Amino acid sequence: MAADGALAIELKGISKAFGPVQANKDINIAVPRGTIHGIIGENGAGKSTLMSILYGFYKADAGQIFIGGKLTAIPDSQSAIRAGIGMVFQHFKLVQNFTVLENVVLGAEEGQLLNTSLAKARKVLEALSRDYELDVDPDALVEDLSVGHQQRVEILKALYRQAEILILDEPTGVLTPAEADHLFRILKGLKEQGKTIILITHKLREIMEATDNVSVMRRGTMVATVKTAETSPEQLAELMVGRKVLLEVEKKPATPGAVVLKVEDLRVNDEHKVERLKGVSFEIRAGEILGIAGVAGNGQSELLAALGGMMRATGKVTLNGADLPLSGKGSDGQSRRRAGIAHVPEDRHHYGLILDFTAWENVAFGYFNEPEYQKNALFMDNEALRADTARKMEKFDVRPPIPGLAAKSFSGGNQQKIVVAREMEQNPDLLLVGQPTRGVDIGAIEFIHNQIIALRDAGKAVLLVSVELDEIMSLSDRIAVMFDGKLMGFRDPEKTDERELGMLMAGMTGKGEAA
Amino acid sequence: MDRLPRWADVVLVPLVSLILAGAISALVLLSIGQSPVEAFNVMVEGALGSAYGWGYTLYYTTSFIFTGLAVTVAFHAGLFNIGGEGQAQLGALGVALVCLSLDWPHWTLALAAATMGAAIFGAAWAAVPAYLQAKRGSHIVITTIMFNYIAAALLVYLLVDVLRPDGQMDPASARFPAGAALPTFSEIPGIRQLYAVMGPDGVQRINSRGEPMYTGVPANVTLFLALAMAVVVWAILWQTRLGYQIRAFGKSEAAARYAGINPVFIIMVAMLLSGALAGMMSVNNVMGEAGRLLQNSSEGAGFIGIAVALMGRNHPLGVVLAALLFGFLYQGGAELGLILQIPPEMRIVVQGLVILFTGALDMMVRMLLTRIFGLFRSQKLGAA
Repeated sequence: MAADGALAIELKGISKAFGPVQANKDINIAVPRGTIHGIIGENGAGKSTLMSILYGFYKADAGQIFIGGKLTAIPDSQSAIRAGIGMVFQHFKLVQNFTVLENVVLGAEEGQLLNTSLAKARKVLEALSRDYELDVDPDALVEDLSVGHQQRVEILKALYRQAEILILDEPTGVLTPAEADHLFRILKGLKEQGKTIILITHKLREIMEATDNVSVMRRGTMVATVKTAETSPEQLAELMVGRKVLLEVEKKPATPGAVVLKVEDLRVNDEHKVERLKGVSFEIRAGEILGIAGVAGNGQSELLAALGGMMRATGKVTLNGADLPLSGKGSDGQSRRRAGIAHVPEDRHHYGLILDFTAWENVAFGYFNEPEYQKNALFMDNEALRADTARKMEKFDVRPPIPGLAAKSFSGGNQQKIVVAREMEQNPDLLLVGQPTRGVDIGAIEFIHNQIIALRDAGKAVLLVSVELDEIMSLSDRIAVMFDGKLMGFRDPEKTDERELGMLMAGMTGKGEAA
Repeated sequence: MDRLPRWADVVLVPLVSLILAGAISALVLLSIGQSPVEAFNVMVEGALGSAYGWGYTLYYTTSFIFTGLAVTVAFHAGLFNIGGEGQAQLGALGVALVCLSLDWPHWTLALAAATMGAAIFGAAWAAVPAYLQAKRGSHIVITTIMFNYIAAALLVYLLVDVLRPDGQMDPASARFPAGAALPTFSEIPGIRQLYAVMGPDGVQRINSRGEPMYTGVPANVTLFLALAMAVVVWAILWQTRLGYQIRAFGKSEAAARYAGINPVFIIMVAMLLSGALAGMMSVNNVMGEAGRLLQNSSEGAGFIGIAVALMGRNHPLGVVLAALLFGFLYQGGAELGLILQIPPEMRIVVQGLVILFTGALDMMVRMLLTRIFGLFRSQKLGAA
């Protein structure tokens, strides 16, 4: 029972405004049954709003939804589930200390006794995992499962509720390449059984690999729906941004100078006394970008935190030959900045910005002790800060260029530009960059990548941490892969490929090298 | 998501909350057979209709500004200081010790010294919970509440066994020397003339120096100290590096760590400032009004400060306005019991409703207004 031409979902004239912002404008989309339909677009293009309307989180201002040819009202997510729509969120909605079975049943219990539901669910799960390669131990606790398996539980939850239409929101952000491949195999299996899948992503490669049709959104409108086989990544990128985009980063060969950062046997324990960084050693030279690849949660965050002065560590770290204290006095973020280390943190909402602060207040974040921002011994020079912010906003093309606007009012890409501008303009010797383009639109990605390259060409050392392999491969001069708190080895980006890096990321050493 | 315009957030939300609180209060009054209109008139007349009323209203306002500012400073550091009451009581002890220490030649000297004393004692009382929070993570809400009880017990002990002059019956300190008496409004040139125009302001008497004076008008120069402190708090929070760090820490502890802001330092400084402000409130009631240290001198103003800060949106200007409102409610509410046959508990009911609507149910009003504004907007869009 593959695609038979009938439509699983048809949206007609969907519009939704939030105040003055038109998030969705007259959206029309038709998804044939038994296909995988990709939806791509930059951040803020309206993908999530559209899916939230389909799942009953928002009510559309105008427009109609047809499910299986029938006009359907979806006032809440319960109605969406009844209409056969299942949603797999980017951030899983699982109870960590419940078993897989309990999570699947949660909210779909029948009767007063839990056991009957659980017994029934167990049978259904067995059938599902047989049919779709969705094998998960039903009695395992969710907290013990890998991220890839947790995602399978989310899919099982939707299928258990008899979803015919499955929406996946950025499903591969947390997966290794191998896990992502497995996910796509599952999705293809589901498609062959007649399920319809909507895949929301910003990764062009996934669209090309997995989908039958793809719809491109830009600024709240649907700009095109094309057959995947008849398009190219370049064309899709151009549709998304509205202009030609360079997908490949252009850079000159590196000319590494003296060693700037030398890290020896760096170890970090988290607050539960679990060792997260298990003896990491490397060095970065001036004019060189060292990329750290790896699946999120393998110690990269702790590496950045230790070097940025956010976490205590042991080992030996020298910057330009001078020792950096790793705990106690002189190991805080202020001392690191004074020493010449700038840090674009992995999570700009959690660390890099105070969202309620204005842009100019955020430009002082971490640098509030700089003499140029002081009026006198007592007061800060808020005017100088505003002027400095206006200058940085212009140089880094932050839009809108209003220093007094709250950080939360900027788009993800522009928020990140504010952080990058703040850190790079301090002229550091070493730049720590974590996930520089997470949640950043394609146009801004290009800009931020070029800025990182420019800093390298100016003779600075850069430590780049990213879970995006493409980003690591295209920016780095050397690549180190991190797994379980250790570096699995260094690779030359010219002489390696995603397959080899993917193996290392999964903890398997290629070429017989010791871990 | 939909957002309210700024003016609606700052003006309309509190106003609607107040009207709702007033409406419920009216229902309660009706249910006990009283006329809400008459009650409202009595409250306005009693609190604002005479120099006497203003004297009390502004007296309460002064106390509430201090305690409101205390809560505000801590709040910006992400700390909920419930200990204003205890810190104010210790501040009162500081005021009393300073005032009793020598025969003050002039009230300005006494005021400066007593303010310091109040601030130091208040800050010291906040220091222990602050240290426990900063170093050991003991929750500041719990510890400050506990310190309120300890403060009350400590004051009872001191007033009964240490500070009470021999032969005196009630648990209170000796009277402060005349040089430590602060000028009330009827003694300040300018305000005195204004008072004369406004009519009766209490009972006129001849004081010990043979001059006419008014009793029962406790508003005094401390009000100006309170207003000055509002400006100081504003300047610290929004114009200095310290305030910047306090606000950043309060918004996000994780981000503050990234920026290299020392959490222990910020928690300590914010709580010391908060405790000092709460303590300074006692200059108003102990030195400005009572003239000696009495048991439970702060009279719950430390707790009212929480409501004042909440309603004032944790901004010094808002705190001043909210303190004025609560001053009005306090004084007007007291008049209710005097003039109408309304039990004095009624004023607590009214205050409770105001706190409930402006504080706890704030989000309800906000969401309601946001929805109304959203409807309004989409209609405009539809028409366009």
